[in-house]
Amino acid sequence: MPDVRVGRIVGGEPAPNGGHPPPADDGSRVNDFAFKVGTVNGTGSASANSLLRQAIFRMGIPVSGKNVFPSNIQGLPTWYEIRVSRDGYTARTPDFDLIVAMNPATYARDIAEVRPGGWLLHDSSWPLERALLRGDVTFLGVPLGEMCIAAFQGSRERTLMKNIAYTGALAALLDIDLEVIGGLIREEYGRKPKLVDSNFRALHLGYDFARQHFASPLPIRLETMDGTAGHVLLDGNTAAALGCVYAGATVGAWYPITPATSLMDAFTGFCKRFRTDPETGRKRYAIVQAEDELAAAGVVIGAGWAGARAFTPTAGPGISLMGEFIGLAYYAEVPAVFFDVQRTGPSTGMPTRTQQADLLSIAYASHGDTKHIALFPADPAECFHAAVQAFDLAERFQTPVFVVSDLDIGMNDWMVPRLEWDDAYRPDRGKVLDAEALARIEKFSRYLDVDGDGIPWRTLPGVHPKGAYFTRGSGHDEHGAYTEDAAAYAKVVDRLARKLRTAADAVPAPEVRLRDGGSPLGIVALGGTHGAVLEALDRLAEQGVSVDYLRVRAFPFSDAVGEFLRAHERTFVVEQNRDGQLRSLLILETGVPGDTLLSVRDYGGVPLSARSVVEGVLSQLPAPVPA
Amino acid sequence: MSSIAKPPVRHPGLHTNALGLTRRDYEGAMSTLCAGCGHDSVTAAVVQAFFELDVEPHRVAKLSGIGCSSKTPAYFVRQAHGFNSVHGRMPAVATGAGAANRELVLIGISGDGDSLSIGLGQFCHAVRRNVDLLYVLENNGVYGLTKGQFSASADVGTKAKRGEVNRQRPIDPVLLALTLGASFVARGFSGDKEQLVPLLKAGIAHRGFAFVDVISPCVTFNDHEGSTKSYRSTRERYHEVAPVDYVPLRHEIEASYPEGSAREVRMHDGSTVRFRKVGADYDPTDREAAYATVQRLQAAGEVVTGLLYVEQNADDMHALNETVDAPLVSLPYEDLCPGGAALEELMREYV
Repeated sequence: MPDVRVGRIVGGEPAPNGGHPPPADDGSRVNDFAFKVGTVNGTGSASANSLLRQAIFRMGIPVSGKNVFPSNIQGLPTWYEIRVSRDGYTARTPDFDLIVAMNPATYARDIAEVRPGGWLLHDSSWPLERALLRGDVTFLGVPLGEMCIAAFQGSRERTLMKNIAYTGALAALLDIDLEVIGGLIREEYGRKPKLVDSNFRALHLGYDFARQHFASPLPIRLETMDGTAGHVLLDGNTAAALGCVYAGATVGAWYPITPATSLMDAFTGFCKRFRTDPETGRKRYAIVQAEDELAAAGVVIGAGWAGARAFTPTAGPGISLMGEFIGLAYYAEVPAVFFDVQRTGPSTGMPTRTQQADLLSIAYASHGDTKHIALFPADPAECFHAAVQAFDLAERFQTPVFVVSDLDIGMNDWMVPRLEWDDAYRPDRGKVLDAEALARIEKFSRYLDVDGDGIPWRTLPGVHPKGAYFTRGSGHDEHGAYTEDAAAYAKVVDRLARKLRTAADAVPAPEVRLRDGGSPLGIVALGGTHGAVLEALDRLAEQGVSVDYLRVRAFPFSDAVGEFLRAHERTFVVEQNRDGQLRSLLILETGVPGDTLLSVRDYGGVPLSARSVVEGVLSQLPAPVPA
Repeated sequence: MSSIAKPPVRHPGLHTNALGLTRRDYEGAMSTLCAGCGHDSVTAAVVQAFFELDVEPHRVAKLSGIGCSSKTPAYFVRQAHGFNSVHGRMPAVATGAGAANRELVLIGISGDGDSLSIGLGQFCHAVRRNVDLLYVLENNGVYGLTKGQFSASADVGTKAKRGEVNRQRPIDPVLLALTLGASFVARGFSGDKEQLVPLLKAGIAHRGFAFVDVISPCVTFNDHEGSTKSYRSTRERYHEVAPVDYVPLRHEIEASYPEGSAREVRMHDGSTVRFRKVGADYDPTDREAAYATVQRLQAAGEVVTGLLYVEQNADDMHALNETVDAPLVSLPYEDLCPGGAALEELMREYV
């Protein structure tokens, strides 16, 4: 009988570790470890990984999942990373205690990535090259393929059930509550008894095998706790779509693009559910799948001009294409909401990898003097609220507003506080003159700064003849008339600059965390790196490095941002792009000298880890002066 | 400048429409186009069409891209909102405006550069979506504001003002629209207002994308000997295939038509389009036949005009989308927000 723990070793010699697990590195680690599953995309592993993530969450254990997937439909390597953290750390960690290697094409890489003393679970139905073995890793061979071939019919089911079988094996190895997994399967496939039966059989194949052949559970294991109450598992695109529904958006235009597509998919789903007229079955919304991103932006601007709350979800390439229209909306002062779910650039870049590299191109998008409001949600829950705020800000300031998230926030399920809604909320439609008001006034001037706050009054088409004006991207004066006059032109663009300065005080204020007594060192970050920074601050504090933290939540920056920078001798700007775009923006906008701003950058496309931040900070600290 | 500011005095003898408005009420700002520009004649026809249709001016929304043609929305229906957008992108803006407020009477003015070069994709997709929009293409074969370069509608062999001869094949917007499945395809000539006004009125009444290509000569850069889009050349080759009368719902005008030639198409709003002079061999509801006829006559050098194709039962954008009847902008927020209780329930699905 082959040693199932090492699978069938090519060459037939015993495994270097003799089939015995290496000594436990530091005893058992409960609810604090990370593992990942390497599979082939298009083989149905996503639902198995979702089962794992949800089961752990339902056991009350803080959990986060990161999907590291290819830009491909079927056949390429894909990974799913799960981190459990009793302390509630949600950032990605690059340190894997256990890897499930289901894809022979990535065996070498997967085996190499297991931390010393960790475990590798693989399908022992196929040989594992001897050269790949590591003495400091325990190999757990489970004949998943063989078992599923024997238990199921047809190649599709056999392939799918292998995933459920490894889920079962992990349940035994990590001590995941089988009842919880069973409950999830029944919820998912309740209406298809055959599928429920298959899933249960596959689950037990893996579970029973692991129980019989390995000392289960492993030292890394789970224990039910109470760490997820009041929380949900949610991705940012779903949350943003929900925000659009709750904000009262009625027109959505888009061109399919990874990683923003699921935002419109979710909006469509929620609208079908919540926005179908109960009597007629017809839609209280319109979704336009446009011919390209230019058109999508145009549709949004047309709809916003006509008075609807309208939005478009896109990614960096879309923002590039929308440039001209963004400038029009800025200059003609038309509300429009853009979601940029950032992916790795430049150009097509890596469409299924994350980055924060659209910051500069959004802040000043389009030719000429422009500046735009941008919101930087840090997690899916903030995507929901940012979406609602974006529509309010867009209408209040009559300008494009960008909700800038990224692939990691947008497409991965994060553990976040359950979304709540205040029924007292009413949309801030900004300064719009209705028919009654128009009937009263003598003359309407579209771009006149009546109230001295830089925000003019606007009118909507179809309301009243006195509200008519000519919207244009060409030079115009305060009354909306075409102009080539220097002074008349300057009056309008100067007011626009003033309007955007006003906006800096209206956008969400930065989140500031000061250490006791404050520190001469600071960190500034934005968006999805928040979790990694918080964890890094704890790790740095453990090493005696005390650092203050400011999280930018919006652009234009409020005064508090510059004040924080000036109050610290050195500030580390943590961001996910090569060129330090946030750092550049801070220098440009706050006037803080660049030599006080050190850069910590991580731009390879995977979500930021605390380790990157800690290393980035420590490597730039001056060496302590010898006593 | 082709016109001078008119005194704001209303002459008591001015004819008024059903709303009590005069033709003057449908005019706009003074044109800044060259004297004799075809576009100003199109503007006059647009003014006439809206006036005669008794459209409330403020219900109209006028949209355009960039170029000489795209300036013209400023010159008609001053009590309507106008939107001079970016080059070639008016169809998207119109789509958004129409999606938001389906009660707006949308008119888009474009040119051959705007529609057939930089905005060709936008034009095609607005046709596909069948946006409820009267789309007027003021077609002169040249770029005017940049001083006379050929446009994509320039015919093979046509000569530029500085002598250059075009050798690239043109994109014919009428044939293109027919191919794309447009539900209303017409061609007029800025020099024939009598034919153009009913075409525009029918286009406004049409529910869906109504395309009217108007040959509109550029007096400055394309009205010389050797140009195929000059006034003279157009007049010489002018061929009325399917001129129409437009009969609003409440008017039952008796007109006499040559035996066997009258043909009626009932529009969605109950009004009627009556074809004059349409030959027995021409069926404006048969897309393939229309295409074949237009192509054959154009190959023979004729400028084919009239309401060339009409399909009254095509679903427009809102029918395709199954949108509610009320304009989306009119829906109260309460009908749009599912509320806190629904969110609480929804959140149970994310544990």
